[in-house]
Parts: sequence; C-alpha cells; structure tokens
Amino acid sequence: MDKIKFATVWLAGCSGCHMSFLDLDEWLIDLAAAVDVVFSPVGCDLKTYPDGVDVCLVEGAIANQENLELIYDVRRKTKLLISFGDCAVTANVPAMRNMLGSSSAVLKRAYLELGDVTPQLPDEPGIVPELLDRVVPVHEVVPVDIFMPGCPPSADRIRATLEPLLKGEMPVMEGRSMIKFG
Amino acid sequence: MSVKTLTIDGTAIAIEEGATILQAAKEAGVPIPTLCHLEGVSDVGACRLCLVEVKGINKLLPACVTEVAEGMDIQTNTEKLQTYRRMTVELLFAEGNHVCSVCVANNNCELQDVAVQVGMDHSRFTYRFPDRGVDISHKQFGIDHNRCILCTRCVRVCDEVEGAHVWDVAQRGAACYIVSGLNQPWGEVDACTSCGKCVDACPTGAIFRKGDTTAEKIGDRAKLEFLVTAREQQKWTR
Repeated sequence: MDKIKFATVWLAGCSGCHMSFLDLDEWLIDLAAAVDVVFSPVGCDLKTYPDGVDVCLVEGAIANQENLELIYDVRRKTKLLISFGDCAVTANVPAMRNMLGSSSAVLKRAYLELGDVTPQLPDEPGIVPELLDRVVPVHEVVPVDIFMPGCPPSADRIRATLEPLLKGEMPVMEGRSMIKFG
Repeated sequence: MSVKTLTIDGTAIAIEEGATILQAAKEAGVPIPTLCHLEGVSDVGACRLCLVEVKGINKLLPACVTEVAEGMDIQTNTEKLQTYRRMTVELLFAEGNHVCSVCVANNNCELQDVAVQVGMDHSRFTYRFPDRGVDISHKQFGIDHNRCILCTRCVRVCDEVEGAHVWDVAQRGAACYIVSGLNQPWGEVDACTSCGKCVDACPTGAIFRKGDTTAEKIGDRAKLEFLVTAREQQKWTR
C-alpha cells in the first residue's frame, strides 16, 4: 500500500499550531514512517501544493487573497481537510480586526494612525497579498472534514486526531481533551 | 405542603409542590446543562440551555422556570434537545466576540465548558463580529461587553444579594447590553459597593478584576451560594 500523503499549511495564524505539532517529539518519527510529507512549512521544501494529498492540517484563518487562493487549491487536491487550531476553526485572534470594519479601515489604523515614522499604506501588487475585508474561518470558504480546536491544540490532541487516521479510522472529536477552545 | 410525583428520563420522582423541573432533576441526579442559572438568585430562563421535553406539551420548556406538575413525563436528553442545545451554544459564540485564547476566563469559563458538554467543535453560524465596548472606568473591575452572553446573573446578584442594583439590561434584541447605573460609566455609579459579587457571578470573562490577564480569572461561584445560605439559614461555614 502506498504511504499516506500528508500535508500541513499555514494561513493567517501565528504558527503556534505548527510549533505544537513539532511538540509531538518522538512520535514524529513514527509519523514520518507512516506518511509521506508532501507539503509543509515545517517538514518539506516544496512551494506548490501537490495533487492527490490524503490528509492536510490547515492552520490559520482566511485573511488575505493568498490564503483564499491556497485554501481553494488545498480543498481541490485533498481528500481529508482538517481545520487545525482555533484560527482555522473560529478565525480567532486574526478576526479581531473585523470589529474595525473593512480592510481599508484596518490598514489605515495600522499603517497611518499608528505609523510613527513615514506613515504609508503598503502597496506592492503581486508581492504583498491584498487583505480581505473580513477574516473568516476555513469552513466558511470550503467544506472541512474534521475540526480540531485549541490555541494551540496540544500535541496529545494532535496525536489523538492523527493516530486513528493512520489506521483508516475517523477520530472521535468529543470531550474536553479533544474540543476545548482556547 | 403537597408533593408532586413525576418521571424524569423514566425515573420516578417525588418533590414538593412549587419546585422547578431543574430542582427535581438535580434531586434525581439527572444533569441538565445551564448557563444563566445561579444557585442563590432567582431564575429567568434567559439562556435556553435547560430546555426539556414534557409529554403532551407541544413546545420545549425551560427547566429552571417551569414548576413541576403531577404526572409530568419529562425527557432531558433526547436527540432533539441535544440538537437545540448545541445550536444555542453555537449561536452564543457567533453572536458576541468570544476569543478564548486571549480571555481572562480561559479554562475557567462556563460558556467554554458548555461548548465541550454539547459537543461543539465549531460554529455553523456566521460570526457577527459586533462592535461592542469595554468599560474599565471602575477602579477595581472591568466589563468587556464582547464576552457578555446576557445571562443577567450580574444583574440578579447585584439586586438580590447585594441589594445595590447597579446593573440592568438596555436596548432590545441583538443591540441588548448590560448597563451600569443610568447608563453611566461603571466607575461613576455611586450605588456600586465594589463588592465584586458580579465578578464571581459572571459565567464568562465579561466582568473581571483589573490586573487579571489571560486565563487568570478564577471564579469563586460557590461564594454566592454560601452568602445566601449564611443569610437565610444563619449557617456561616462552608
């Protein structure tokens, strides 16, 4: 049997979920034996998301044009998409800018009103991705198969989610140890 | 005093007239999730988490404000109720701005606990991201309306236990919010005795002690029950 093709992506989040993933310590060796890491900011050097991915952990909310394009790509090419952590599940801290209103209000606040030295709006089309007007959780954009809340989800929770998948079973996302937010 | 007999989830129970379904369930050891209920103050049926099914009645009834009646056949945990409870909690999360990871009450929050209890791993409803305020004009405490679920426990504890009635509810519908005094900054309300009972009554991180940061609000909710027992039954131990 071919190895499971495993990916992780990092959208609008702080990378804390990926740090927690690295906290799996020795179990990462077992995981590496069971899967092929085909795309990941912490486990692979590829820059384009490949076809035919079996399982993908998605960290972060959808906050800009690049996040949006990548998540559509990920959904199209992935069998099982996991919302990985509170930013993916609820939009969490990145979405606190939604209270200010549109993206222009946010940019104005951050780069003009709070800009101490040469305040100016960032404008590099094609290089700096445009902000979306609203930061949204992943499932508001594409269908999600498994929700793994937590800020970040503990290494134990990540392992308890992934381990059944390696055996072809679905994890049971129930109880404080699996679904507590924060 | 007359006694009513009824069944809860198939178990026969006898309880005095005037008791609520919630009290009867508690006596029978049947857990019903609640948020706005607080031992020691009156019930208002604000959160709708304790909804139960009563045979022969076509709508769901809040257990905390429904009195028991002779022969009632009550179900507390049907599939229909589980669906509604989870929906209620999802709506609470989508309505306000509940960011657990940066909240004073993280790990000590009744809303967070109830989300786990009803099995909520995400909200199916679109988050509103309302523009709500924070009042830190009081010298010891603050209120963050983003985290408020309008359970009105602060309103009731301040009125019924402390007797100060600093808090009340203003506006209607989605615009509802908790006001202090005559819609003044909390720090300017003379009636406030700074007793802190509202801080202990608050199920979330909406009312907090200044200086508490993420996950540092550790509530002492049993204190309110203790105060009421002390006052009513002159029992000063716990």
